[in-house]
Amino acid sequence: MLRVILHNVAARKVRMLLSALAVVLGVAFVAGSFIFTDSMGRAFDGIVTGSTAEALVTPDGYEDVINDSGVVSPETLPASVVDTLSTLPQVAAADGNVEAQGVFVISKSGELVGGNGPPAFAFNFNDTVAISGNRILNLVDGDLPQGAHELLLDVDTAEKGGYRIGDEVTLATRGDQPIIHARLTGLIRFGSEDGLVGATLAIFDTEAMQAMFFDGHDVYTSIALTAADGVSQSELRDAAATALPADLVVETGDTVVEEQASGIEEMLGFVNIFLLVFAGLSMVVGAFLIVNTFSILITQRARELALLRALGASRGQVNRAVMAEAVVMGLVGSTAGVGLGYLLAVALKTVFGLVGFDIGQADLPLSSRTILISFLLGTLLSTAAAYLPARRAARVSIVEGMAGQDALTGATSRWLRLTGFVLLVGGAAVLGMGLTLGGEILLIGAGMLAILLGVTVNAALIGRPVVRAFGVAYRRLFGEVGVLATENALRNRRRTAATASALMVGLALVSLVAVLGQSAKLSTDRAIEDSLTADLMVSSATQQAFSPTYGERIKEVEGVASVAVVRTAMATLDDAAVSVVAVDPTIFGSVVDVRLDRGSLADVRGTRVVMSSSAAATHHLSVGDEFSIEVNDRLGRYVVGGLYSGTGAVSGDVLMSLDQLAAAGGDAADTMLFVLADGSVSQQAVRAGIEDVLAGDPTVNLQDQDEYADQQRAAINQLLYLIYALLALAVVIAILGVTNTLALSAVERTREIGLLRALGLARRQLRTMIRLEAIVIAVLGAVLGLVTGVCFGIALQHVVASQGVDVLGIPWLQLAGLLAMAVVVGVLAAAVPARRASRMNVLAAIAAD
Amino acid sequence: MTDLLAATARRAEPARQVAARTVDLRKVYGTGDAALAALDGVSLEFVTGEFTAVMGPSGSGKSTLLHCMAALDTASSGRVYVGDTELSGLNDRKLTRLRRDKLGFVFQSYNLIPTLSARENIVLPLAIAGRRPDPAWFDEVVDAVGMRDRLEHRPHELSGGQQQRAAAARALVSKPAIVFADEPTGNLDSRAGAELLSFLRRSVDEHGQTIVMVTHDPVAAAYTDRVIFLADGKVVGDLREPTADAVLERMKHLSSAASGATGIGS
Repeated sequence: MLRVILHNVAARKVRMLLSALAVVLGVAFVAGSFIFTDSMGRAFDGIVTGSTAEALVTPDGYEDVINDSGVVSPETLPASVVDTLSTLPQVAAADGNVEAQGVFVISKSGELVGGNGPPAFAFNFNDTVAISGNRILNLVDGDLPQGAHELLLDVDTAEKGGYRIGDEVTLATRGDQPIIHARLTGLIRFGSEDGLVGATLAIFDTEAMQAMFFDGHDVYTSIALTAADGVSQSELRDAAATALPADLVVETGDTVVEEQASGIEEMLGFVNIFLLVFAGLSMVVGAFLIVNTFSILITQRARELALLRALGASRGQVNRAVMAEAVVMGLVGSTAGVGLGYLLAVALKTVFGLVGFDIGQADLPLSSRTILISFLLGTLLSTAAAYLPARRAARVSIVEGMAGQDALTGATSRWLRLTGFVLLVGGAAVLGMGLTLGGEILLIGAGMLAILLGVTVNAALIGRPVVRAFGVAYRRLFGEVGVLATENALRNRRRTAATASALMVGLALVSLVAVLGQSAKLSTDRAIEDSLTADLMVSSATQQAFSPTYGERIKEVEGVASVAVVRTAMATLDDAAVSVVAVDPTIFGSVVDVRLDRGSLADVRGTRVVMSSSAAATHHLSVGDEFSIEVNDRLGRYVVGGLYSGTGAVSGDVLMSLDQLAAAGGDAADTMLFVLADGSVSQQAVRAGIEDVLAGDPTVNLQDQDEYADQQRAAINQLLYLIYALLALAVVIAILGVTNTLALSAVERTREIGLLRALGLARRQLRTMIRLEAIVIAVLGAVLGLVTGVCFGIALQHVVASQGVDVLGIPWLQLAGLLAMAVVVGVLAAAVPARRASRMNVLAAIAAD
Repeated sequence: MTDLLAATARRAEPARQVAARTVDLRKVYGTGDAALAALDGVSLEFVTGEFTAVMGPSGSGKSTLLHCMAALDTASSGRVYVGDTELSGLNDRKLTRLRRDKLGFVFQSYNLIPTLSARENIVLPLAIAGRRPDPAWFDEVVDAVGMRDRLEHRPHELSGGQQQRAAAARALVSKPAIVFADEPTGNLDSRAGAELLSFLRRSVDEHGQTIVMVTHDPVAAAYTDRVIFLADGKVVGDLREPTADAVLERMKHLSSAASGATGIGS
């Protein structure tokens, strides 16, 4: 029996290959995601172990450097602690670290090195040895810096910035001096061999760091301890702990690494899950393709399978034979998929490198877990997809099968149809329930899934009007060729529907995202139009705060009436992350129209703050309620003084005053400035004046309302394009599905095609016929997908309306474009099958079995 | 001798038009030592308004002859004329158009497109050409084959005989210059076969249709005006006003003459 199976697979190489391609692509996506995130993890781990000493003393626990969005704890350790620690017999060396973030290197050509995302660090130089046994900072070229006018850069940053030793390096900081210059005296390599994942390092001597970031106080942000010979990490920690004041924390290097590693794992886990969601989607779409292929192959082989049965093969044997074919396909597909996944990871690495996340020399590890998961998924996918066709194959009646009757079936069984209907109605009900219950995301997701499944099962029924419409149009436009194409699409409705469904799933998600994106853009536009009265905005290009001196100096520019400063902080409320926005409540109202549902901005004083209505609802708070939030590890108690519904231009969960934030331990750096002109000089003059203040600093942008709106739209677009790119794979697999179905049905209809040719159907007409059939399938999939996707989009827009996306936007032009794309997809998918069919020898085709 | 016969026939009835003819037609399959001549210098004329049967043992080349004449296959050498058109000079597009506009076909089986109704199948060649059938002629043909009440049925709802009659109606409805039938009764029982052959006979008698039919069956051959016998790719006989017995007699000689060939088949 095994030989029969292998012969079958070999004999149908091309067809098998096409459906194996679905497995290959799906598995490649999964394997690529794992390989890539493993590689990132390795790079981060390298950094962590390469930069952590045997024990670390911090003011209040260690902050997760990599997850931190750029907030530096203002708390420090006095220099006396270093002296105390270095006298301990267990301590070989105690090095004080001075670390600052948001010190951006500006390249020779005036561009920001690193871009927005990865952190920009400044350290003092010391020769601490990491637990890896290497020094954390290794001088590879030049000399150590001395004083505030000399620095070191890491090799990669220097190269990206175009700097050589001796050059004057420009830096942007959030300190009192936004732009500083220093001479490059040498290059360092960070403790690990791998890249810094895009982070940049600027190294000064200790005094210079203290002068720049701590007003010259002899303080440190942490102290690294190196153990004396024969002293373990825990002995080192215990010794240090007894010598230290109670408010200081000492942890072993291993603990620090562990803490950081779990943080990194969590972050990479998100990246991985994000990628795997799309991988999963591709696999689901691929499953449609495999089910279809096996169904068609089995229909074609009904005679052969019946013969096997007549010769004494049991149902089980026939069933197993078909399943075994699926296993072979799954194994072959998975192998190729892992290989392609590796290439995909290389591509991802390159793309991430281009946008600033450089994982340098880190290799791409192919772990046994990746291989196991890939093969398991690939094989499960193909066998699960082949199960139903295999069962049907075993049930083939021997007599009917031997007669080789033309299968004109395609009606969905009543039971299945009912299930589909129930899914559809039930899904809609669950979705509606989720919406009315204030956006229960689980209910909404389950409802959507059920609806999608329901549409898939009943695609033949639901899509009938679409196909009929095509029938009418085709008859008019293409005459008999159009009629034949429509009839072919209708011949096996289940097959047409399954093929179209694969496309539907992809396009439903694309149009869902498109509707949400358009709504977000329109909402942003309207929010800016309705609520923003400022003439000019200064925003950060790095998503991190910038120097507060800009705001001070812009106030002095001629023609500026006022500058409203915005600062932000991340805080935790009931263990959930909330964003805190701080403004001057006396002037903020003049630049942004804050829509208050309850209370007013004047309520922001003392311990009273205002809260966004959606955050208040989530945390079950109302006006007058007390709550506590933690900013920079410091707990603060507040009272809800009022509620606002989305400020439009500035969104946040909690709105407080600048003084309140400073008292809470927030960072004294700005994230946004709103500038109001007084009209005494022209807008251009005001702009020129502000540009002078910001000159030479690429970490800040100056924008008017239109530019600001453009930037917001561009940010939304960027996210949309990323999602589209990831969804593209599912669409590509669906296109393969259309090609496969057409190719297989052309083979199935060989005699019919021969007859048509004999009766005078020209080659061109035959090609047109197959193309038209493909267009029916593709457009059917597109229409179903677009309609469900737009409905889902509208539903989800309601859910996020309270989070600022309060305008529904349906991108008609884009949707029309998708529909047009479906036609193109149809034509492309039909290209090969149409050519092959038209080249068929007429006589051979007529004589075909 | 056959050339002479054909020439005599032409001289005897000069008013008759030639619907199709072949001149020294050869068809060789394979090359070198493996080369096999399916047709070995066949020269024939088919006169308009005549019902001709082509007979011969398996491998005699009768199907190849039909395929070459019907523009479904190309000759290795020699010429085929349909009316005044010589086929070897035509490309695929022109051959396709010729089949569509000038020729009608009835195959042994699988004559109908399963997705189309009987009516749609009957008018298919016209529909492909973008033409409408002449309604009077359509009605006449449909009534003649007795398909009036089955027109809206799909092929799988029709009996084998009905399917073949629909195929015959299709072959005639476009008023082709010549109809080629390849063992049209091969899959039918004798009654259904007789019905189909009577219909073909009437279309020749009443409408002057030209039909060339390949068959194994002496009874079927008896419906025709003329039987051409092939053996080993050559014309070996030409019988006019055939009867089943005469055909059977001739076939017996052929099978013994054809160097131990497998006989006349079923």
